[in-house]
Order: sequence, then C-alpha cells, then structure tokens
Amino acid sequence: MELLVALTIGVMTAAGVYLLLRLRTFPVVLGLSMLSYAVNVFIFASGRLVVGAPPVLGAGATMTDPLPQALVLTAIVISFGMTALVVILALGSYLNAGTDMIDIEKPGEQPETGH
Amino acid sequence: MSLALIAALPFLGALLPGLMIRSGRNTCATVTFSVTALALIGLVLNLPAVMRGDVITEHYQWLPDLGLNVNFMLDGLGFLFALMILGIGLLIILYARFYLSKSDPMGNFYTYLLLFQGAMVGIVLSDNILLLLIFWELTSLSSFLLIGYWKHLPEGRQGARMALAVTGMGGLAMIGGMLILGQIAGSYDISVILTQGEAIRAHDLYVPALVLILLGAFTKSAQFPFHFWLPHAMAAPTPVSAYLHSATMVKAGLFLMARLWPVLSGTPEWFWLVAGAGLITMVLGAVIALFKDDLKALLAFSTVSHLGLITMLLGLGTEYAAKAAVFHIMNHATFKAALFMIAGIVDHEAHTRNIRLLGGLRRLMPITFAIGTIGALSMAGIPLFNGFLSKEMMLEAAWDTGTWFAVLATLGAVFSVGYSFRFIVHTFLGPVRDDYPHHPHDPGFGMWVSPALLAVMVVGIGLFPQQTVGAFVEVVAGAVTGGHPHVHLSLWHGVTPALIMSGIAVGLGLVMLALQRSLAPVWDAAPRPEAKAIFDALVDGAAALAHRVTDALHDGAISRYLAVFVVVVVAYGGWAFWGGSFTPGTRPMLPVGPVEMVFFVLLVVGAAGVVAVHRSRFRALMIISICGLVVSMLFVRYSAPDLALTQLTVEVVTVILLLLALNYLPKQSPILSSLATRLRDGAIAILAGGGAAALAFAILTREMSLPTIADYHIANSYTGGGGNNVVNVILVDFRGFDTMGEIIVLGIAALVIFAIVEVVLHGPASRRLLNWVPDMPQAHDRHPLMMVVATRVALPIALIVGVFIFLRGHNEPGGGFIAGLVVAIALLMQYMASGFAWSEERQRFNYHGVIATGVAIAVLTGTVSLVLGWNFLTSTNVYVYPPFLEKIHLASAAAFDLGVFLTVVGAVMLALASLSRIGRRAGEGVNLTAMDVDPGANPEVER
Repeated sequence: MELLVALTIGVMTAAGVYLLLRLRTFPVVLGLSMLSYAVNVFIFASGRLVVGAPPVLGAGATMTDPLPQALVLTAIVISFGMTALVVILALGSYLNAGTDMIDIEKPGEQPETGH
Repeated sequence: MSLALIAALPFLGALLPGLMIRSGRNTCATVTFSVTALALIGLVLNLPAVMRGDVITEHYQWLPDLGLNVNFMLDGLGFLFALMILGIGLLIILYARFYLSKSDPMGNFYTYLLLFQGAMVGIVLSDNILLLLIFWELTSLSSFLLIGYWKHLPEGRQGARMALAVTGMGGLAMIGGMLILGQIAGSYDISVILTQGEAIRAHDLYVPALVLILLGAFTKSAQFPFHFWLPHAMAAPTPVSAYLHSATMVKAGLFLMARLWPVLSGTPEWFWLVAGAGLITMVLGAVIALFKDDLKALLAFSTVSHLGLITMLLGLGTEYAAKAAVFHIMNHATFKAALFMIAGIVDHEAHTRNIRLLGGLRRLMPITFAIGTIGALSMAGIPLFNGFLSKEMMLEAAWDTGTWFAVLATLGAVFSVGYSFRFIVHTFLGPVRDDYPHHPHDPGFGMWVSPALLAVMVVGIGLFPQQTVGAFVEVVAGAVTGGHPHVHLSLWHGVTPALIMSGIAVGLGLVMLALQRSLAPVWDAAPRPEAKAIFDALVDGAAALAHRVTDALHDGAISRYLAVFVVVVVAYGGWAFWGGSFTPGTRPMLPVGPVEMVFFVLLVVGAAGVVAVHRSRFRALMIISICGLVVSMLFVRYSAPDLALTQLTVEVVTVILLLLALNYLPKQSPILSSLATRLRDGAIAILAGGGAAALAFAILTREMSLPTIADYHIANSYTGGGGNNVVNVILVDFRGFDTMGEIIVLGIAALVIFAIVEVVLHGPASRRLLNWVPDMPQAHDRHPLMMVVATRVALPIALIVGVFIFLRGHNEPGGGFIAGLVVAIALLMQYMASGFAWSEERQRFNYHGVIATGVAIAVLTGTVSLVLGWNFLTSTNVYVYPPFLEKIHLASAAAFDLGVFLTVVGAVMLALASLSRIGRRAGEGVNLTAMDVDPGANPEVER
C-alpha cells in the first residue's frame, strides 16, 4: 500500500506542477489546490500509514503519530485561506486588467482580452 | 538617575510632541523641553561621581550569547558628550520654537529631534559596542528625518539621502570593524576592550579593524574624502544644522575615536590615517569656507575644518594632543552652535543667507551682531575667547610633531581667521543697505537667548579657563587617554611658537579677507571635482546596474520563476540522493486491499482528469473536488478522523468559493503555449512528481530514525491537556502558540480578501462589472423553493452538529476548526438559497468583529495563564458537577478552541461574503424575500 500512496502523492504533485506552469490564473489556482493535496498527504504520511489506530486515548491499544495530523489539520485550513486569497487576486486582476494571464506581458506579445 | 533611564527618556518623550501639538505649539515645545531637561538633570546628578573619577556602570542582559548586552557606562568623556547633547539640545528646542514658522509641523520636528537625541545619548553612554552600533544606526536614521524635514524642498530630500547613504555605508563598514575588534578582545564590552589595547594593536587583524572603524568615524564626522555630505545637509532647518553639525551627529565620529583612543592609537597606521585625514580636512575645509557666500555653507565648511582639526589632534596620539582635542570639542560646540543660530536669525530676519546681499546689519541687529561677533572671534582663535585657547594648544601640538604639520596647521588657521572675519565683516559691518530682501531687525528674546547663553560661555571659558572647566577637562582627558593627565589651562603662556604661529595666522588671515573679493572669481573658475555630481553618478550607476540585473532575473513571467524553482528543488533533491549511500527500506508494507485500490485509481484518474480537461474550467473544478473527497477518505482509512472531517468541510467551502469566482472568470482557457512548451512543462511535472513519489516511498518504508515526540504528547494529553483527542490537544494546548499564529494568518487572509474586493469595486473593474453580461444561461428561478425550505430545516440541525463537534472535540474527533467550518457551511447554505441581501439583513454580527473576537479570545486565554504566573497558553482543566446533570469536564483549552472556532467562521464567511459583493455590483438582483416565488400568493390573481 505504501507504494500506492507514494505514487498517488507523485501523480498529484505532477498534476499540480503541470497546472502551476499554465499561463492563466484559474488553472494555476487549481494547480495550487492539487499541490496542497499532495503536500498534505505527504506530511500526513510522514507519520507512517497505520490502519485502525486513531490518535484518541481509549480508542484502541495502539495509536498512530498524532503530530503530523495536527500539522496537516491547520495546513488544510490555511490552504483554504491561501486558495481564497489567490482566487480573489485572480478575479480582481481579471476584472481590472481584462485579462487573466499570469505573466506580465512582454512587448510584442498581444494578450487576449477577456469576454 | 539611572543611565538607562537617561538614554531612554528622549525615546519615551518622543511620543509626546506628536500628541501635545494638538494643545498648541507652546505646550508642544514645553513638553519637549521638559523631557530633555529631565534627562539633563538626571545626567548632572552624576557629575560629582564623574568628577571623582568614578566610572558609573549599569548592566542588563539582552542577548548574552551574542555578547550583546544593554550595558551603560558614564565617565568623563561620556559625560562631556551627553552634556553637550542634552544641554545644547535644550537651547535648540527653545530656539526652534521661535524659528519654525506656523506652517511647519512642529510636532514632527520635536519627535524627530528627541529620537535623534536619544540615539546620540545612547552612543555616548554605551558600554557595549554592539549596543553602540544600534544607536549609531539610529542616529543615521533619525538625522535623515531631521535633514529632510522640509519635505517639499528637493535639496532637503537629496541632502538627507546623501547623508544617509554616506553615514549608513560608513556604519556598515564599522559593524565589520567592531565585530573584528570584539573577536580580538573576546568581549564586546567597551570597558573590557579598553583593557586589551596591547593585544589588539599586536593582532594581525588590527589594520582591517582600524580601517573599517575609521570608515565609520570619518563618514560620520565628515572627514576627507567623505566631507561632502555635510554642506548638503545644510538644507535642513537651521536648528537642525546647529544641533547636528556643531555639537552632536558629526561629533559622534570624534567620540568614537576618542573612546577607542587607548586601544587603537599609538601605531603608525593610526597616526598617518587619522592625523593625515584630519590635517587635509582641516586645510581643505577652511579654504573652501572662505569662498562660500551662503552663511550656512561657510559655517558648514568651517565645521568640516574644525572636525579635521580635532581628528588630527586625536591622530597625533600624544597625551597633550588628546587634551587639546577634548578642550576643542567643548569649545567648538559652544561657538559653532551659537554661530549657526545667528546665521538662522539673519536668514529669518533678512530672508537671505547670502553674504553678498548682506552687510551693515550691525546697526539694525545690534544684539545679533554682538553674539555673532563673539562666536566668530572665538572661531578665528582670537585671545579672550575660548577658541583661542584650544587653537593655541593645537598649534603647539602640531609644532611638536614636525615642520610640515606646523606649516599646514598654520595655513588652516590663516583661512580660518579669513572666513571668521568675513562672517563678521561682510554680514554686519559696512554701510546699511536698502536692498535687503526683507528689512531686518533683532528677533525676540526667545530666539536670541540660546546663542547668547552660549556666547556667555565662550567668553567665560575664554577668560577663566582653569577656574571654569580646568578640572573637568582633566577628567575628560583622563577618560580619553586612560591615564591621569595634568591640565592647566591659561591665557598666557609666554611667547611660544604657538603664539607666533597664531600671530602669523591672524595677520595673513586679514590679508586673505582683504583679497577675498578679488580671489573669489579665480576660485570659482578653477576646475575641481564636484562631489555631488560624482556621488549622483555613482548612485545612478548602481541603480542602473540593479535595474539591469533585476529586469533580467525578474521579467514578469511567473511561470518561468515557478519552472526554475521546481527544477532547482528537484535538482537539489537528486544531488542529495546521489551524494549519499542508498539502502532499501525495511519497514513492512501494508497489504493492498480493494478499498485502497479504488482510492488509488480514483486519485490517479482524478489528477489526470483535471490536467486533461483543465481548459474547460467548470469540469476541471468538479473533478478536482473528487480528488479532495478521496483524500479525505484516505485520511479516514489511515487513522486520521480529524483530518478527514476537516478536509471534507474545507472541500465544500473551497468549491463554493471557486464556483463563485468562476462565474466572473472566463469559462475556458485557450491554448496558449506551444506543444514544445507543454512537453517541457510535462517533463518538469513528471520530474517533480517522480521525486515526490520516491521521497514519500523512501519515508514510508523506513522506521523513524529518531524517537518521535508524539510519545510525549500521547502520555501527557490527558494529564496535561485534559483531553483524549491527542490531535486536538496538540492544536489547542501543546502547540497552541502555533495555532494562534495560524488563526491570525487566516483572519488576515480574510481581511486582505475584503480589502482587495473593496479596491476592485472602486477601480476600473467597477465599470466592467456594471456592464457585465452573463456569459452563461442564468436560471430563472434563482432561489428555488425546495432549496430554501431544505436549508431552513437544515440550519438548526447543522448548528447543533457544529456545537456538538465543537464540544466533543477535546476528547473525540472534532474541535474548533471543524466546528467552525460546519457552521460556516450551514450559514453559506442560507446565502445560496435566499441570496446575499436577504441573509445579510438577518445577520447581526459583522464578520470582521467575529474574527477579531476569535483572535482576542485565543490571545486572552493565553494571557490569563501568563497573569496567573504560568507560561503563555498554559492550560488547566476541572470537573464541575452541575445539579441534575452528569459531570462536565471543562478545560481552559476549550476557551482557546472557541477562539479558533469564531475565527474560522468569521474568516470563511468574510471571504465568501466579499465575493458576493462583486456579484451584486455585477447587477445581480437583490431580493429581500426568501424566494422568488411566493407560495402563499394566488397565481390566478397575480396573473
């Protein structure tokens, strides 16, 4: 199973990075979300995979490592804050500039305008 | 008074003028005056001890590991400088009250002045060179504010910038020098360094340390070739010039050389560098001063010259020269501060400082004339005034050093006499003119009393040197040299070489004055390097270079930065991998069951699907939410119920948010990049994904190499944190401080979102939104009956679920984060069902307040434990037994969790509410009823 989880992390990272390298804001936001999944699972997995041992006292004899879970929990919430912020930035710049290109246009290049 | 308090008083007092200016200019000036007077009294209380030769010290630990401690010391040298800074400061505050016009913001001025004063006092009282460096930089910064006080004048801004650049760069060099010095001495405390003179001078790094420290001192004290900033700083208001450039800022470099004199002086390097630079500066400054028509420029170059004189004396390295230097520091401060103030009065009254437009002021301004003459005669070194005494000592020291020194020192004195007399003759003597820009007369008492007091001191010291300051100079000179020099100051020494040199100087000086008018055109025509032009060219060159480098590295293509970043990270990972030895992991793997297989397939298909359809944004959004859901399933499977709940709820709000945003964004992404670019990006992505997978696999197949700190958390979760859910206890207790930071970040993110929307709605986007035409078909029933009813029913249930999750959180999966998200979703549903306006009308708390309350509660919980004498955020828990109910377990951490809960609710709601404001601007209808269709109305009638 460890192999599959590792592969999952890899696939999500690859998808995230590919989307991150696109030139429009929305795919980049999606890429960031994807990358967040990958990173969160990665950090979570650093506590190793254990089945049926939630870190709650009295729930079972063994317990998995609670620390990565605590770290990931806040990371998930913060990722939401970040996604929200980036999306508003993207929306604001699109509405202001009329384009959702992420690169600053270079002379000679004709960016498409929205609508 | 405590030394730390003396140094702190001006800083604390700096808060006051800005506030007190509301009560009027007199109150403002009085408060500033009182602050300085208080510090001065505190200082003078230490005088008896200092005169006994005691060194008063005070030690506070700050960063002992770095050797940075708040150590203060007060000896004769420190006392002299602190006295000048506070005493002349007092006079300047008084003078400035009458000098500044009604349109000048006086509160700012006094605040800057006190900041500067505090920094200067800090320098001279420091017993730690690192602390001294901090104050040193503070003087550069605060003097920048003072020099550039008249912000509307370009010369003021340029002068301030030049002063900051030059003294700041010197300060940087000095940091290096000081660190070397501290390393050699083994301590950064000045009192320790002063005992290590022999070792330091013998050390290999002595010369680099010396050069670096001298760079700092020379730039500050305007020594050749860094003298050029000082005249440009004259664009400042005259009180600033009088304060900074006579008694304080420019003397800081001299102070430092005097302070470190026992350690650094006495070597050939010291002699040639310091005495050489001083001698050149002295002569050069004096020559230029003679040809300046602006009174303040004349005084500025005269200051440069006198600073050179003192530097030269310190450079000679003899005890006699050190005594002369100390005495001249004192004398120069008195007459030069007075002269600057006189120049300011002339400017204030006649509306010009140009010496060519002046003359004959003697009859119009007799008081100003009297004070100015006393100051200028002292500056010229004429007997009966204090400048004479120290100049005699300087000439004698130069005579003892060698012929060249004697000749050049006399030459400097010649020009010094020339410009001093020019100050008197061309300003005050001669016939009264009728073409002054403004008809001058003596100013009010408040303006001339400060220079008058200084003039009294000039004469008093000049007539009775030994009786007035003899003992004090002895103490100060003792502090500089570290010995017990005997000082006897007297007017008449008999016919000595110095007296003859003085006589020559006065004679030739008067000749120079007579020739000045005819020599001036020659001087003006002579080619010479223009310091400002060179400085500007250097700055422009550096700026252009920085621009070129920045433009090349930072060309606005974010995708390029990201690609470079990813590749570099992967390369580092590869480098680390191939640099080490590899053994396969031994940790046994879990079996792959059908559930796991489903997860895997769904995630891989989901991720690939998002990439495949990412041009069709709506579909991509749907698919990515599948990934989110599967990830939360993954958390459930591998024993992380809290994470699963969080991921699930966050997924919901994220998708709603992205959907709302997508409404106003293009729905499709056109193909922009070429096939080659996409292949390249694909390769980078696969590289990164492969690296991440390999790393994850390597971790997962190995045991932890160090014992995990989780054992501590598990063992103490119940006894220490009062909860069974270890993850929650970690969040609100063990790592509560982290969580506090995180909710603050979340709150800030929400506020930033609100602010961005605010800006967007007032910018060009607003017009675009007003003309916005929906690019997708709109539903005609925007608030469907079914959905409205369902959300209404769901609201109380969802809220109770939220409360339940919150309450159980400490012992079972749940807690403030998840509860906050659940409640936020319940509220969002109302917004979606019945629209923004309808919901907003029923919404009693504004979300900013909710965020603030949440953060405040969290901080307060921590503070309570601090007040009770525990560490910040220490938690406690008790069982309470309310009647008729089961026992309730109350943990103080639950209050913290409440803060988390409120912040999360507020932040999520504020983010989404901000987005819906964009929708309203885009012309979406505002409904104040719960739904579009009124089910109670009779359709027949309506039709």
